Order: sequence, then C-alpha cells, then structure tokens
Amino acid sequence: MADYKEIITRYKDLPGGIIEAYHAIQKEQSYLPEEAIIAAAEVFEIPVKDAYGVATFYSMFSVKSRGKNVIRICESAPCHIAGAADVVAALEKELGIKMGETTPDGKFALEFTECVGQCQATPVITINGKPYGDITADKIPAILAEYK
Amino acid sequence: MAEEMRVVLRNYGKIDPLKIDDYINAGGYKSLEKARSMSQMDVINEVKKSGLRGRGGAGFNCGQKWTFAYQAQADQKYVICNADEGEPGTYKDRIIMENDPHSVLEGMAICGYAIGATKGYIYCRGEYPYVVDILNTAIAQAKEKGVLGNFDVEVRMGAGAYVCGEETALIESIEGHRGEPRYKPPFPPVIGLWGKPTIVNNVETFANIAVILEKGADWYAGLGAPSYPGTKVLTLTGDVVNKTFVEVPTNTTIRQVIYEFGGGIAGGKAFKAVQIGGTSGGFIPASLLDTQIDFDSMAAIGATLGSGAVLVMDETRDIVDVVERIAKFFEHESCGKCAPCREGTMRMHKLMSKVNQGKGTAQDVALMDKLGRVMSVACLCGLGQAAPSPVLTTIKHFKADYDAKLQ
Repeated sequence: MADYKEIITRYKDLPGGIIEAYHAIQKEQSYLPEEAIIAAAEVFEIPVKDAYGVATFYSMFSVKSRGKNVIRICESAPCHIAGAADVVAALEKELGIKMGETTPDGKFALEFTECVGQCQATPVITINGKPYGDITADKIPAILAEYK
Repeated sequence: MAEEMRVVLRNYGKIDPLKIDDYINAGGYKSLEKARSMSQMDVINEVKKSGLRGRGGAGFNCGQKWTFAYQAQADQKYVICNADEGEPGTYKDRIIMENDPHSVLEGMAICGYAIGATKGYIYCRGEYPYVVDILNTAIAQAKEKGVLGNFDVEVRMGAGAYVCGEETALIESIEGHRGEPRYKPPFPPVIGLWGKPTIVNNVETFANIAVILEKGADWYAGLGAPSYPGTKVLTLTGDVVNKTFVEVPTNTTIRQVIYEFGGGIAGGKAFKAVQIGGTSGGFIPASLLDTQIDFDSMAAIGATLGSGAVLVMDETRDIVDVVERIAKFFEHESCGKCAPCREGTMRMHKLMSKVNQGKGTAQDVALMDKLGRVMSVACLCGLGQAAPSPVLTTIKHFKADYDAKLQ
C-alpha cells in the first residue's frame, strides 16, 4: 500500500493543490482509496466531506477500486457517429467484462469518457491517458498486448 | 480555392516547439519586449483596437476585459489561460500548445504586464497529460532564459469536468474545489482567483496577442469579418473527406469550410447537417451554408461559432440519434448546482431517448422545445444555457426526422 500521506504532503504548500495530489495518488494506485481521501482532508485542513466532494466531482477520479490500466472509450458525438458502439462491443468481448467493470486479474478497467480531443482519428480510446485513434476491432489485441 | 491564413499557427511546422531558441529566432518574445516599453494602457488599447474577441466561445472583446482588471485595485492579480478544451470535436488548443507553447506564454505575459499581474496559471484538461509536459518544458526554458521577467506561470491539471471550461468553475477548480460556477456578477476581472482580479482567456486568444503587438491593431482589424476580426482555428470531424484542423479568416463561409478545406462529404454522399461550435452548438441545414463563420453571422442564424468544432453529417445520419447522444452528454456533465440545468438536462435526455426509441409523441417534442427555451434563459451558466441548442435547432430545421420517429 502506498503511503498516501507522504504523497499528499508533497502538495501541502500548493494553494488548491488537492486535485494535483489526487492525480499523484491515482498514478500509483489507479483510484482514490478512502484512507487517501481522509489523509488529504487532514493535510489540506478541510472537512472530509469536502475532500470527498472533490474526489467525486471529477470523472477522472474514482473512489472505487478499479483495474490497474484504465481503458476509456470516447462516446462523444464525433466518436459516436464514427462507430464507438462497435469499439465498446469489441473491447467487452476481448476482455470478457462489461463497461464499468474490471477484469478478474485486476489488469484492466473499462470506462466511458467524453471527448478526449483526438478527433482527427475517431473513434478514440485512451489507456492510462495515452490516446489511440482510428480504433477498429482488429487493432485491439495488439494495443492491449502493450499492457499485459 | 480559399486558402488557409495562419496567424495563430504562424509557427506551425516551422519551429521545434520544445526549443525556445527556435521561437526566439522566429521573432518570439519581441512583442513582450515591445509591450514592456509601452504604457500598460497603450498595450490594452492596442488589443482593444484590434477588435480581438475571445476565442473560447463567448466572444467578448479581449482588450475591454483587460481594462476591467487593469482598473481594479488589488495587491495581487492573476492571468489564467483556459486550456480546459472539453467541447467535443475540438482539439485546436491542443494543436496550438503542442506546436507553439511559447506563443501562449508570451500572450499571457503581455496580459500580465498590461493588467499588473505577476502570476499566471494554465489550466490544462486532465485528458492532455502530454500537453502538460510540453507546457512545463516551455515554462522551464522561458525561466532559464529570463524572457518572462517577473511573470511566473504554473500549470494546473483538470480531472475530467466539461463545466470547468466555464471561467468561474475553472477558478473554483484551481482553488481545489468542486468545479461549480459562481454567481455573477462579480465577474473574474474584478473578483476572481482567491478573490483577486483575474483575466481568464482561451489558449487561442492568448496565441493572437503577440502577433497583434508585432503587426499592429490596424493590420489585425483588417483580417476577416470586421465585427469579429482575425482568424479561427477549426477542427473538422464527422463525414468530411479531410478530418483535420484549418485556420481560416473569419469571413470564410461554412460552405467553404466543408467543401474547400474539408474536401466535401466523404464517400460521395450528400450533405445533411453540420453542427458548429462543439456539442453545444446549433445544427445547421444546407440552406444556411453560405453563412460566414464569424460570431455575429452565426448568431444571426441561431447558431454559434463556439470553439470552432465542425461536425459534418451525411445524408445517412440519424439526427435524432445523434442529438440523444448529445443530451446524454449534458446530463452527465451538468454540475448539479442549479436546478434548471440539473433537472432540465436529465429530463431532456429522457425525452430524447423516448423519441429516439420510437415511443415519443408530438407532445413530447413540444415539451422538449419548451423545456429547452426555459433552460436557455434560466440556467446559471453557459453549460445549461447552451445545452438545449442542439435539440432546439434540430426541432427547427430537421422536424421531419423527429416526425418519422413519433407514434
């Protein structure tokens, strides 16, 4: 288990730095455990409810445990008309899980996202923030292999 | 054949964005030097005279905005660059930051000098971690060279919230809070970040500043449409041949954008609709394609220039299905602070789903039309006010598509 307090304390002197601290924790842990949120409340001297409120407001933060590699499929209008639904079906089939779930080995999580700003190559997915464009079903195994 | 005009993207492909010397050799940071030899008010007047209007979507006169912050008395003021580019189909700010980050820093530093701010923030969306790296490299280089003088810049990363593109929500987010918009007035140039006078401008707006000081307000005011001068960087998506970005003068027509720059409709199909300005923009039918893209011409046809996203749809596209998808987007992205948006986006999505599934009636469409009109005036911020626009404009221009799905 990562030392949340140590990570968060690095941002203590940064005004409004709780969001940066959460990013740093998710880089290690892929989600924000309850202990991390409580630790953030202590370090930034705010009520736990406010620290939790921030953690749950932003879609990139998860307060629930999820797979190590987070795959996000864009479903905004340009990707929608470019066939995002086919990408969803292909990824669900390849990983054997549904959207919003994590693989039993804890390696992959599947999530929807809104536009990630790579619309020159729709449909788009990201894995841990790295974009992959012009996605078709046959490209998926090779992309996932990078993370296995 | 219309040609691109690269003002914002003047250095695109010509310099190595990660080498500050390349930018300096191309004339970079000379405008900042020039600004610092002028009075603050002269700098602001030059920007005001150029007619530059905000490129984030609201279209407010940039120099006018700066005047408010300049006039505000405070021990500290801030400059914020809005790089929270979240409008679906838009990636122009990414192209600018990836290819010419110093042009943004220089614009911010000029603004800082003009209004009397020594601290700047770039709020970059969390979906662009690779852009954050580029910006941090550029800032480190600028500090090492000493070109920014006493102006300090820091990058903050968003975390996936469309509403943070709204300037007061963005400010809340930098302060470490939930990104919920504030009540206005007071506006940020008077009371902004940590209660201090703050200018929030879009990436593209800042990228215009140095060139305005270099070539002069009169030169800039003569480009494109007189009421919204300059250029606009557009991103073309959907059923166009060229899915790419282009920078064009603002008196270019939609038809030119789609057929000359975009190469027309892909697959030899016919045009059906185009949505401009991102997912909150209006849908435009073929009969209005000769409209100029400038802010006021678009407003006159009930559409927006917005962020400059251009989503083209061919004759085979199901408009109602696309709008249902958009309605889901707004339900998801509504921050929940005000009831008209929180409840309205949810109801709108439910009604759109019902109609798209073939279960809707003419009454449902009439209800959406009414709900949309109420939201556009009753919602607290631009998100809720613009959210019904795709519904309202498609009911207006593509009524047959709705009728075909009604019971």
